[in-house]
Amino acid sequence: MANPLKCDLCTKPATVHLTQIVQNKVHKVDLCEECAQAKGVTDPSGFSLADLLLKTSLNSEPSGSGMRCEQCGFTQNDFKKHGRFGCPTCYDAFKGIVEPMLDNMHKGVTHTGKVPARALERKSLYDRLTKLEFDLNEAIKSERYEDAARARDEINQVKQTFPPKSAR
Amino acid sequence: MTISSLIDTPSELTDSSSNKTAIVLMTRVRLARNLVGTPFPGWAKPVQRSEIFETCRNAVAATAPMKRCLNVGVGELTDLEKQILVERHLISRELSGAKNGSGVVISKDQALSVMVNEEDHLRIQVLRSGFQLKKAWNTINELDSALEESLDFAFSPTLGYLTACPTNLGTGMRASAMMHLPALVIANQMEKVVRAVNQLGMVVRGLFGEGSDASGSIFQISNQTTLGESEEEIIKRLGSVLSSIVDHELNAREKLLEADAGKLFDKIGRAYGILQNCHLLNSGEAMNLLSLIRLGVDLGIFADTNRSVIDRLFIEAQPGHLQHAQKGEFEPDQRDLLRAVRLRSEFANFSRPDFTFTTNGKN
Repeated sequence: MANPLKCDLCTKPATVHLTQIVQNKVHKVDLCEECAQAKGVTDPSGFSLADLLLKTSLNSEPSGSGMRCEQCGFTQNDFKKHGRFGCPTCYDAFKGIVEPMLDNMHKGVTHTGKVPARALERKSLYDRLTKLEFDLNEAIKSERYEDAARARDEINQVKQTFPPKSAR
Repeated sequence: MTISSLIDTPSELTDSSSNKTAIVLMTRVRLARNLVGTPFPGWAKPVQRSEIFETCRNAVAATAPMKRCLNVGVGELTDLEKQILVERHLISRELSGAKNGSGVVISKDQALSVMVNEEDHLRIQVLRSGFQLKKAWNTINELDSALEESLDFAFSPTLGYLTACPTNLGTGMRASAMMHLPALVIANQMEKVVRAVNQLGMVVRGLFGEGSDASGSIFQISNQTTLGESEEEIIKRLGSVLSSIVDHELNAREKLLEADAGKLFDKIGRAYGILQNCHLLNSGEAMNLLSLIRLGVDLGIFADTNRSVIDRLFIEAQPGHLQHAQKGEFEPDQRDLLRAVRLRSEFANFSRPDFTFTTNGKN
């Protein structure tokens, strides 16, 4: 199946494609039928592309269209093309695009459901271990042996509670 | 378990006959999950995809409910096998067309299936015959928690489970029911129902999901949104929408009988006649005729025990299953011939309709 362009305002396939020249600059907008109607695009007399552009750029392109996910290299244009993100970290990188979208898309904007408790516990133990190992090295370097001994004991303790089958 | 032994075993869907499945044929819940720190399937490089595939399929196959499961890559399946799995709702059309590094793990009883590297790394699914939303949620919740023991899922405290498409954020859950609504279709009320259901934040689709038609008067109703509500709240809300659709369908049936029972009986009687005597039958017509017979079972015109026969035929009349039963390739018009042969022989010994039921037939 082809990947149609997505609407600039939501994620539905765009069916209305508009090009306008405003102050010698070419502006292109791709909209789905609903958004086009909501914005009055179908009524040529009452519609100004400039307004629309201003609005989309206000809430979805705070730093221009050059946004990019450092983790996986996904760009804002890729999102426009695919309607899907590249990796979980994209949600941080494209926060400015995602957040305004959620309101229309979902019942709420904050998760209230299940939490992967075991995985999060594992992560917090892992983070704690990393910090303790850092403390241990620091303590040894600066010859604070009492602190080092305490860190070492704590590390052993954490390691014991660590789920044995943990993947990483 | 091998694919051929799975195909020759009846599925959860074909295994149901009680009158609890009268209007809600099947309940389904799926969860979208992704591994932390790795690109989503659509963006991952081939090497990453295969790594993710191996990690996930091993983790899934190691869980208790997946004992003696089928664990295959898409590349290992023939087109026909893939089609049969799609017709049984065990894999999606997307997965059947996927590249290498994708696959599925299916439990022995075919109630659980986990697709790996479809749109998300994991698409966990539970199928239950009849109206069993809560039971399905409990089952899938357990399987998800079991997977959590060995996999680190991408999760944000505010956005919930992170998914390739933002429409699945939050719970990543889509709960759905497959409903048989012939009276609402006959009475031309489906459009109204669809609109009302949409307003309640639920979606109506055809039998095979997005873009499929509603042949056989079978519709899939599911939650549209996944963020901002807990799983239990979504299940509860969907459940009450489904119950009210069931009431509407029952009402519509009663009205049809009151208004013009003769017209309804004529449709059912003709369906019976065609199924016994046809020689060419395409898939859409077959579904619609079977749907009328099923309505006849619900109304007490045919014996209650026949419902499971119809539900089995709903699936066995699909192209993939027909082709498998025939063991060999054939052209689409030949397919209609074979479908007619198949249904004719099924209906040769089918109990005759009894239109004298009046009031005792409502169950």
